[in-house]
Amino acid sequence: MATVKEFRNEVRPNWCPGCGDFSVQAAIQRALANTGREPENVAVISGIGCSGRISGYIHSYGVHAIHGRALPVAQGVKLANRNLTVIAAGGDGDGFGIGLNHFMHAVRRNMDITYIVMDNQIYGLTKGQTSPTSAHGFKNKTTPEGNIEHALTPAQVALGAGISFLAQGFSTDINQLTRLIEEAINYKGFSLVNVFSPCVTFNKINTYDWYKEHIVNLDNDESYDSGNRAAAMAKVVETNGLCTGLIFKEDRVAYEDLIPGYKQEPIVNQDITLSRELFNQCLKEFA
Amino acid sequence: MLEQLSWKVGGQQGEGIDSTGEIFATALNRHGYFVYGYRHFSSRIKGGHTNYKIRVSTKVRPANADKLDILIAFDQETIDFNAHELRSGGVIIADEKFKPVAPEGMDIRFFVVPLTKFAEEAGSAIMKNMVALGASACVLGLPATTFESLITDMFLRKGQKVVDSNMTAISKGIEFMKENGGEIEEFRLQPGDGKQRLFLMGNDAIGLGALAAGARIMPAYPITPASDVMEYLIKKFPKVGGHVIQTEDEIAAITMTIGANYAGVRALTATSGPGLSLMMEAIGLAGMTETPCVIVDTQRGGPSTGMPTKHEQSDMYAVLFGTHGEIPKIVLAPATAEECFYMTIDAFNYAEKYQLPVLLITDLALSLAKQTVEPLEYDRIVIDRGNLATPEQLAAVEDGKLFKRYEFTKDNISPRVFPGQKGGVHHVTGVEHTEVGRPTEDATIRTKMMNKRLNKVQGELPNSVSYTGDENPDLLVIGVGSTIGVIDEALERLAAEGKSVGHAQVRVLSPFPTETLQKYVDKAKKVLVVENNATGQLKHLMQFFGVKGELQSQLKYDGNPYLPHEIYSHCKELF
Ligand SMILES: Cc1ncc(C[n+]2csc(CCOP(=O)(O)OP(=O)(O)O)c2C)c(N)n1
Ligand code: SF4
Repeated sequence: MATVKEFRNEVRPNWCPGCGDFSVQAAIQRALANTGREPENVAVISGIGCSGRISGYIHSYGVHAIHGRALPVAQGVKLANRNLTVIAAGGDGDGFGIGLNHFMHAVRRNMDITYIVMDNQIYGLTKGQTSPTSAHGFKNKTTPEGNIEHALTPAQVALGAGISFLAQGFSTDINQLTRLIEEAINYKGFSLVNVFSPCVTFNKINTYDWYKEHIVNLDNDESYDSGNRAAAMAKVVETNGLCTGLIFKEDRVAYEDLIPGYKQEPIVNQDITLSRELFNQCLKEFA
Repeated sequence: MLEQLSWKVGGQQGEGIDSTGEIFATALNRHGYFVYGYRHFSSRIKGGHTNYKIRVSTKVRPANADKLDILIAFDQETIDFNAHELRSGGVIIADEKFKPVAPEGMDIRFFVVPLTKFAEEAGSAIMKNMVALGASACVLGLPATTFESLITDMFLRKGQKVVDSNMTAISKGIEFMKENGGEIEEFRLQPGDGKQRLFLMGNDAIGLGALAAGARIMPAYPITPASDVMEYLIKKFPKVGGHVIQTEDEIAAITMTIGANYAGVRALTATSGPGLSLMMEAIGLAGMTETPCVIVDTQRGGPSTGMPTKHEQSDMYAVLFGTHGEIPKIVLAPATAEECFYMTIDAFNYAEKYQLPVLLITDLALSLAKQTVEPLEYDRIVIDRGNLATPEQLAAVEDGKLFKRYEFTKDNISPRVFPGQKGGVHHVTGVEHTEVGRPTEDATIRTKMMNKRLNKVQGELPNSVSYTGDENPDLLVIGVGSTIGVIDEALERLAAEGKSVGHAQVRVLSPFPTETLQKYVDKAKKVLVVENNATGQLKHLMQFFGVKGELQSQLKYDGNPYLPHEIYSHCKELF
């Protein structure tokens, strides 16, 4: 069985020292080892942004695709080979700005993919513009007078869209984050793990300390029921989206198991030659 | 006796116009005629005029005819809109029910037939199309039995009674026309050769080609005139364990296609102009990551939403130059439904052989018009998956090390490996990268990688241009896509008048077949490039890619395909 070490490579991430994304990387590597995955059976598909670099920092198959499109690439990979553990990853701009449409539809479609978003409430790679998760009034490069738009709350959007597995983590709590990612990987369906992952270079408001002050950890609340969508939504609204832990989970048949004629054996392993018989049958329809 | 004949049925959308045309066309196809069926439709779904035009011929004629011989009208609008297309002495068969008025001042034969009434007598008003088909058959001198095998195939599952009543309706149409002077000597059609051929549209042929090529995943977003490709495969893929996924948009469609190909399954997507525009960034990703994929672009009237149900050939620039940066790509342009089938298979083989995006472009006339096609040959289906890493290559990779997915090789093509294979672990990125897929900005590697990608395809692809006609013609006509049929027909007429002509058909736009075209251009006195767009894209591409010589243009961009006489008279002026 592969150990954490086998999911590591010698590449030194080009993230700024202290960036929240380091912990996310470590948590994914630990979770993969803990869930008994082998590097060759894992594909990490990422978007563009500082966070999007993550696919290059994990020893597994991986695609660093284009901005906002990690999810559809990941779904294509999953359709081709359902035996793979497919992880999609990216930033808040990537997932909830340019890629929000794909996110909503990935939720609706429910393929067995784990989506990990590194939410720093800012655009990091392009040097500090306001993101869809930046708060109303947030002052930054593109909003010098304060953000006149309202922030989108990922957890609320996900629940509203009907997601069946939702968790949130925080970069400093790597143990909780690892556990949540493990559970998401083992979940048979689409799962979102939204991680508060501070940008230490450009976001001077949502710092580690700020998150520590504002985040409510649901692990500490024994009365919280993660099987109840309405309660989950209420909690998300109450905490302004700033809660961590398993927020919601319900059973649902994954997309792959609903496709007519789709086999258990991945397509990639199947013989693709069309039989003469089926070919002739097809021709008959045009005679 | 006639060698060819043109027939049209028209009425309100939703009135069964399509199926009427289909039945007539299929029945004639079964009797060994060459049939070409062109649907006229607008973006409205119910209501509004629609018609289905059929060309029947004893020779291959994949084009509309200059003039109409017979018009079947289910309403007055059909007469008002279409009568001008009739030749002098042409026939109108109109339903008595709407009290038809003959067009003024035209030399035509006007038959008012109780189509609906006879249909009701035979069992149901919906069979008025059968009565109309019977009436048409009488004019052409065809017996009711022409329709028998088709009607049986269509309706036997509903019971023999349904078959019989449809045949009765057809006979009633024939009888009525016989009694009213509808057997017209000069409309007698020469018998077909009786050979069994297929009748299908370009989109069907692409779908079947993809199935035969081993494609098993198709992510796509609906758009006219491409949707039939996905609709065809939705029916077929479950039989072979594949899947069509209707995505949220074209960006998802192309990126999913890339994901599936990266993971080792042959996947395609199909779209038209607006969707193609959305896919451009991702096509660049496929080029940069050397991921094979097949993208079908069924061109329609642009720009923007343009004329979504009309014909045009105006995406050539977009297809060739649309992505940012510089990537290798192959662009194939089949001309007939038959070529759509075989070239779709080629598209998958090229995509994997050269590890790049292959765009297969058609135009609305080719995508949607149905045409008679010689039986497609199973034995011509070849699957070539290109350079896949061997078990030895994979075993040679040390534990924890990366596979050289972008290894520099002599032919610039590196071995591919799919996720799930031990020893093959590597990273793929749209960022410039090293041989193992690590991002790099090293100037030397960058230059080498660019050269590797851009030089994968060397020289022209086989059969990039086909040629028919005189060796040293006074006039050479060059075309692409569905214009093949009209150009051939126009040139045949000129040749019959003793003119020296030649026809070069461009089937590959990238890599551009400059050398071959130059050879033909050099041999001709005059050169005319015929295409359906406003700016002369093919002509400019020839010049851009270095074809020397004086080139003239004939352009049409009103939304309709050419008629043979339009090309004929233009060419005639050039002698
Ligand atoms: C189509 C496109 N538009 C814009 C960009 C430029 N771009 C790169 S990363 C990025 C934003 C990244 O923000 P986020 O997803 O939050 O990731 P972070 O860098 O903060 O981790 C943008 C706008 C791009 N690469 N592609
Ligand atoms: S800019 Fe911000 S998000 Fe990007 S690496 Fe630096 S700290 Fe992390």
